[in-house]
Amino acid sequence: MRAQAKLDSNGRKLVKIFTILDKHERKPARLVPILQAVQEEYRYLPQEVLTYVATALDISPARVFGVATFYSHFAIAPKGKHLVRLCDGTACHVKDSVPILDAIRKRLKLEGKKVTTDDMLFTVETVACLGACGLAPVVVVNDQVYGAMTPAGAVKLIEEIIAREQS
Amino acid sequence: MNTTVTAKTLNIDGVEVPINGERNLLELIRQADIDLPTFCYHSDLSVYGACRLCLVDIAGRGIQGACSTPPEPGLKVRTQTEEIREIRKISVELLLANHERECTTCGKSATCQLQAVARKLGIQKVRFQPVHQPRPVDRSSLSLVRDPNKCVLCGDCVRFCSEIQGIGAIDFAYRGHDAAVLPAFGRDLGEGECINCGQCAAVCPTGALTPRQEIDEVWKALGDPTKMVVVQVAPAVRVAIGEQFGLPPGESTRGQMVAALKRLGFDRVYDTAFSADLTVVEEANEFLTRKTKGGKLPLFTSCCPGWVKFAEQYFPELLPNLSSCKSPQQMLGALVKELLPAELNLDKKNLVMVSIMPCTAKKFEAKRPEFAQDGMAEVDHVLTTQELARMIEEAGLRFTKLQPESFDMPMGFKTGAGVIFGNSGGVSEAVLRYAAEKVTGKKLANPDFHAVRGADGLRIVEVPVGDITLKLGVVHGLKNARTLAEKARRGKCDLDLIEVMACPGGCIGGAGQPVSRDPDIRKLRTKGLYEVDKNMELHKSQENHFVTECYQRHLGEIGGKNAHRLLHTHYRNRRRMAGETITLGDGPESEKVKVNVCAGTNCFIKGSQGILHELLDQVETEKLQDKVSLNASFCFEQCEHGPTVSVDGKKMQRCTAHAAKAEILEKLKERKL
Repeated sequence: MRAQAKLDSNGRKLVKIFTILDKHERKPARLVPILQAVQEEYRYLPQEVLTYVATALDISPARVFGVATFYSHFAIAPKGKHLVRLCDGTACHVKDSVPILDAIRKRLKLEGKKVTTDDMLFTVETVACLGACGLAPVVVVNDQVYGAMTPAGAVKLIEEIIAREQS
Repeated sequence: MNTTVTAKTLNIDGVEVPINGERNLLELIRQADIDLPTFCYHSDLSVYGACRLCLVDIAGRGIQGACSTPPEPGLKVRTQTEEIREIRKISVELLLANHERECTTCGKSATCQLQAVARKLGIQKVRFQPVHQPRPVDRSSLSLVRDPNKCVLCGDCVRFCSEIQGIGAIDFAYRGHDAAVLPAFGRDLGEGECINCGQCAAVCPTGALTPRQEIDEVWKALGDPTKMVVVQVAPAVRVAIGEQFGLPPGESTRGQMVAALKRLGFDRVYDTAFSADLTVVEEANEFLTRKTKGGKLPLFTSCCPGWVKFAEQYFPELLPNLSSCKSPQQMLGALVKELLPAELNLDKKNLVMVSIMPCTAKKFEAKRPEFAQDGMAEVDHVLTTQELARMIEEAGLRFTKLQPESFDMPMGFKTGAGVIFGNSGGVSEAVLRYAAEKVTGKKLANPDFHAVRGADGLRIVEVPVGDITLKLGVVHGLKNARTLAEKARRGKCDLDLIEVMACPGGCIGGAGQPVSRDPDIRKLRTKGLYEVDKNMELHKSQENHFVTECYQRHLGEIGGKNAHRLLHTHYRNRRRMAGETITLGDGPESEKVKVNVCAGTNCFIKGSQGILHELLDQVETEKLQDKVSLNASFCFEQCEHGPTVSVDGKKMQRCTAHAAKAEILEKLKERKL
């Protein structure tokens, strides 16, 4: 049942890529908006899709990879189902955002440079100011903003999601 | 004398200097004999302005990069101030802080620009701490070694690969501390599109990219008493190796070079120019046959292994236009391995063939499976000019003091035609010298064809030969080759013969040659080869009596069966990247009809996207999701017959959506699905 659904969605995604490429007239100068649109579909930029984009735009895959890795907006590794973004801009930083990050990463057993959990459930990232400094420190979970966050509060958010996923 | 000053000038360090169309201040300053240091400036490439070493102080404007400032009359420029010196020092110190400073064991030691600049600026202490973690050295390529720990991010390699070669096998990736020059997806160089020309290494100011060395293997063979070690030397080597020993570029040191090779212990010293003569005879005949009998034209030359891999990757449908002749290196290797064992009653296993080449791509060529007989390579080891010089130094031979010696016969005998193979235009001229006599049946009074000579990267010439006019293209730099190949692909190319050399100036500008920053170096080496030609008694390959004898005794007819077995080869479609697939479904696959649509460059151009789109539609509208497994793959290496679709392993060439759909339905019926 699930397999069939996946075939459907992957196939549709690729058709969507065709549309994106055609919409941008396969112009190399439109690489960034193309990659943005591709990432909308896949939530990251899979290598083989980047190769396909390079082929379609007639530019080298190394150049496409270079652009994809230059901007922090682009992800070249798959992201987890739930995206947790912690603001580490100046205001949040002085209001102790780092201990929040440490607490979340510890709860999710993320070590070293790892940002995504092995079960692909969570990706934890820091961002450099969300423009919500009045609410500092801020955590955003799947586009839902949580202000005046604490380490314990952040862990609670995570626990809630895990509980929902398990039920 | 009229003393009216009309030239516009600007002032450099108090001296008025005339502006003569220089593209930027840096050129003008260097013209004025002030050698500002740079890493990222290369006259053949676009201006990048990253290294910040060519900074100058311009009155009224402040400190600016000389490379990216156009010369304007009246500017007052200072190249040396306390402030500039300090900025330069800090820039270099910061680079040194993150640079792996194991100079003594580095391949670029003594030719490294970073080393030279640090010395010139008098840097005695590096005040900054390194932030980089050591990264693994990439030894995957047969031609090059990439050591990211030595990269200064000047981008010369990136720009050469994309601007001159039109490939872009490497590019900048990531940013800030993590910035690096990498092949696509951070993979190894050996897996990607790199065509092994090595020009990235030639322009690299440090040891981040260097030719792969095979010196140890050659020493080992030379030291083994059971081995007979034969060496061949390419034409371009003789006018460049002297540079490593302080001689001027372009001076032929053939005699000393041969003497050195004999002293190093090589048993036979042959000349690749001999097999270049042989190549001319075979290739010119192939050309004239195609021209007179209506075969595929234009004929592309095939002696440059960088170009051959390029054509295999990007122009599969032109492979029938490539001359089927092996390169001179492989021809000589094949002949030596065929003839010497019989002649000397020697076990073939104990015969080692080494070649000295100006080229890094020759290392790759020698390892191509096409060039091995019974598992034994025609050429066992390829050394660059640089590596030979290093062996001579290691052996302590005083190169300039050696008594000249001559090549061994018969495969050391050549004509001037074989020698000029080493520079751009040489192969064309050598073929013309042969073709003109063959077509007219008359002796050429003057063998020179000045029309095909020159330094431009793309030259089109028409040469009347008897009753016909031959139209030739002579290109170096693969971006230029791409221009002509695109035309040929579209059937819009009326040329008869196209000579392609990947490296600027041809083989004399190869990446295996001594490292030089002299902008005139290619001109001087080319001049050297034409002088060698001039000083020889024979100038036409058909006059090489050892070549004639070789046909009589061993090869039979020109272009005949035996000649084909030994001297010709074939080419294959080659994917530009190691394989990838876009999976469009998962789950149990065993039952399903497996469909793969090629999404590689060539099939893409030929419309594979449309096929993929229609098949996706079919799967969806007919609800075949659990009966058909549809994937997009990158390259089945059958490009010339693309677009390719594989259905249950059956490869359908020149496939259409209609044909693919029919085949899928057929397979479904077979399985009673």
